[in-house]
Amino acid sequence: MSEDLRKIIVDGEEIEVPNSYTLLQAAEEAGREIPRFCYHERLSVAGNCRMCLVELVGAPKPAASCAMQVKDMRGGPNGEPPAMNTLSPMVKKAREGVMEFLLINHPLDCPICDQGGECDLQDQALAYGRTGSRFPENKRAVEDKEMGPIIGTEMTRCIQCTRCVRFVTEVAGSPEIGMIGRGEDAEITTYLESAVESELSGNVIDLCPVGALTSKPYAFNARPWELSKTETIDVMDALGSNIRVDNRGPAVLRIMPRVHEGVNEEWISDKTRYAWEGLGKQRLDKPYLRENGKLRPVSWSDALSAAAEKLSGDASRIGIIGGDLNSVEELKAAKDLAEALGIASIDIRQDGAKISAGPGVARQSYLFNSTIAGIEDADAILLVGVNPRVEAAVLNARIRKTWLHNDTKVGVIGEAIDLTYDYEHVGTSAADLAGLKRKRSGFIKTLKDAERPMIIVGTGALSRADGAQILNAAGDLAAAIGAVKDDWNGFSVLHTAASRVGGLDLGFVPGEGGHDVAGMQSGAMDTLVLLGADELDMSSFGDAFVIYVGSHGDNGAHRADLILPGAAWTEQDGLFVNTEGRVQLAYRSVFPKGEAKENWAIFRALSERLGKTLPYDNLEQLRHKLFEDHPVFAGIDHAPGAEGAAQFDVKSIGQAGDIADEPFVAAVSNFYFTNPIARASETLAACAALRAEPEQVAAE
Amino acid sequence: MSVRRLAKEQPESFAFNKKSEDEVKFWLGKYPEEKKASAVIPMLWIAQKQEGWVSEPAIRDIAARLEMPYIRVYEVATFYTMFNLAPVGENLVQVCGTTPCMLRGSGDLISVCKNRIGKSGEISEDGKFTWVEVECMGACANAPMIQLANKDGDHYIEDLDAEKFEQLLDDLAAGKDVKFGPQSERNASEPHGTKVLSDPSLYDGSKAKPIKLPNTEKAEG
Repeated sequence: MSEDLRKIIVDGEEIEVPNSYTLLQAAEEAGREIPRFCYHERLSVAGNCRMCLVELVGAPKPAASCAMQVKDMRGGPNGEPPAMNTLSPMVKKAREGVMEFLLINHPLDCPICDQGGECDLQDQALAYGRTGSRFPENKRAVEDKEMGPIIGTEMTRCIQCTRCVRFVTEVAGSPEIGMIGRGEDAEITTYLESAVESELSGNVIDLCPVGALTSKPYAFNARPWELSKTETIDVMDALGSNIRVDNRGPAVLRIMPRVHEGVNEEWISDKTRYAWEGLGKQRLDKPYLRENGKLRPVSWSDALSAAAEKLSGDASRIGIIGGDLNSVEELKAAKDLAEALGIASIDIRQDGAKISAGPGVARQSYLFNSTIAGIEDADAILLVGVNPRVEAAVLNARIRKTWLHNDTKVGVIGEAIDLTYDYEHVGTSAADLAGLKRKRSGFIKTLKDAERPMIIVGTGALSRADGAQILNAAGDLAAAIGAVKDDWNGFSVLHTAASRVGGLDLGFVPGEGGHDVAGMQSGAMDTLVLLGADELDMSSFGDAFVIYVGSHGDNGAHRADLILPGAAWTEQDGLFVNTEGRVQLAYRSVFPKGEAKENWAIFRALSERLGKTLPYDNLEQLRHKLFEDHPVFAGIDHAPGAEGAAQFDVKSIGQAGDIADEPFVAAVSNFYFTNPIARASETLAACAALRAEPEQVAAE
Repeated sequence: MSVRRLAKEQPESFAFNKKSEDEVKFWLGKYPEEKKASAVIPMLWIAQKQEGWVSEPAIRDIAARLEMPYIRVYEVATFYTMFNLAPVGENLVQVCGTTPCMLRGSGDLISVCKNRIGKSGEISEDGKFTWVEVECMGACANAPMIQLANKDGDHYIEDLDAEKFEQLLDDLAAGKDVKFGPQSERNASEPHGTKVLSDPSLYDGSKAKPIKLPNTEKAEG
């Protein structure tokens, strides 16, 4: 709106900016860089570091540009537009002064500090500071604080910007960090130095502008300039958070978030951040064959021969189960091989979720249609059988954000757990979901009155025996409350596995006469291929010959009769489709370990042994074939959202039928242990041990 | 001021007693239900008045009652130096050490404290005293002065010197009642030796007219 714009002068240059902008934003709009420590775009304004001082023309003192708005600026005496200077000698002097004060108590230990080389204070001291200090007095020293297995502390370095305090309070919603004492003795700590338990706690390490909060597992490992950086996608949950994988030589040394407003803003969960530890442990680095009950290393040639022999058997008694971390390409190669061999028993839904896919099934029936960014547009959200805090921690922060700022109402059908925001507990069981439509008051009214209501269905609810009926009931409710209209599709399924949506898009589900996972587990199979599938009851395969294709020695490899070592997701290029249906490209950071091969190549090699050579020799050809067969994968970084919502008949999804009146259970019980890579990480194991309450340990 | 930490030894539990509960009710009544965290400072103060100090269980109890995270109450308790984070003696002697008092001889009072009571912040051997140096309490006209906090409440004791202060501590140790306010011939902060304001009726309240206090039923005078 034009009346909200205001003309201001920044360093003599006239620009027009919205009234609600802060001076800092206005200066950035004009292309000026304002140094800052405490200010952060996604946190509340604290205004305590004073580094962002600018000169207001006509004002006697400099002003903190992060905390003053354009509408509060005063114009010149003759009606001139208000003016500020960001490059004047006064500003230079002010910044030097602030920097000198900040450095009074900051140790000059950059050579031994983990933040060295990527430190805001270091950079800004260089750019805006004086050459020396005029303070000969002793620096203060602060006792280090214990904050758990993730956050390492060196509190003498703290400059009290309180970014960490504001992050855990506002974004993570678990106010555990605070600033005690005052003045020179102010210290950042947790209550009596207890460990920070938030799933997003690692983000405070990125937020810390100095080296006070550092990553414990990464401590003294590397310098930022030694690392090769690969911008890729996370697979620890179905969000597809954008990450940067840093490696030195063959070792991945850390994972950092990248900004993607549509997915993860700039946060990642602790599981994402410390999955790299698992990449170096429990790895399958050569093929193994089980002989007399013991696994023996064999050559690739022998391994492929053994696999080919088993796979050339009766196709109706062979099954392939996809895992949670597979890229679309490897699933495509596996599926193409299955088709060539006539294998109908393929399934990507290792948790047994009753989600159908393939031709004739609307893609919307299993996507997070509102989109993750769309959560902020919703005005009422119903969570059905889902605990977003552990199933998708970053998405939960997004729900909290809209609850906090937009006054969005949240209702829960399922376990009553601490979600970091208030909600109305509508019910616990599937019957409560089915009965909600008929109610007249309570949360159903909120949903019906809402302009953009939203239903989030978890895979925990859909993987029950009556999952298809629950999906139907949820779709029914979505239709009744008007969650699906021309420009808004509020029916959203929250997946927990990174490969799930890609697999469903691919049609990696049982073909005609094929068995699903439950069917394959009943002993009907002679040969089973587990493609990184570890979350299964391995004792249920009977005498079947199990071929495990994957990267980690976990449940699957323990049961396997033949192990074909594959690449982890950081070791191969691949496409991943997140829960919204957003196709994203993941890139290789390091090479597969030992003799391990890229997973699609294993199936390509197998196909040649079986005399059914797949029609691609490299990843590029594979992708061409993929895009040809399934054009949906070619729309990189596009979330369909409400596209086609008008044609989407949400009422008819799933299967009509009776629903068992059992309470919903979330799909994820232990946030830190959802996949083989996370299970191999020591830090995540320490976090999980910390989280396990004594009574829970006793119950297990 | 120095780094403030909770005491190493903490009691098992904390509970407000009957009298404190009445006060808590009064203070909570001042704030709307959703803003009840505003009562955190009065609550800490009531806990301190009851126990003499603010213990860790008290912080947790107050946090639970005000539905605040523990860390938020902990922040407040460590921010304000008026909250004692460790047990104190029966009489807490807060000696003003800021410039006006220092110029008028607060150094002497502090040496008396050191000789008689011991180290700052520690309880004397007989358990009767703890002394701390504090910043200006606004009674500079009657410097040097102390604030005495004990079961009778918090009182200023002004116009002191080493001798009077020793006598005061003796009286307190003996359990005698002591005179609060200026220890000189003054009634308040009038110049020394003036004859004004000497009419005793000025101080016994007989001259005041009853007035109706705002927001109350009763009149006071």
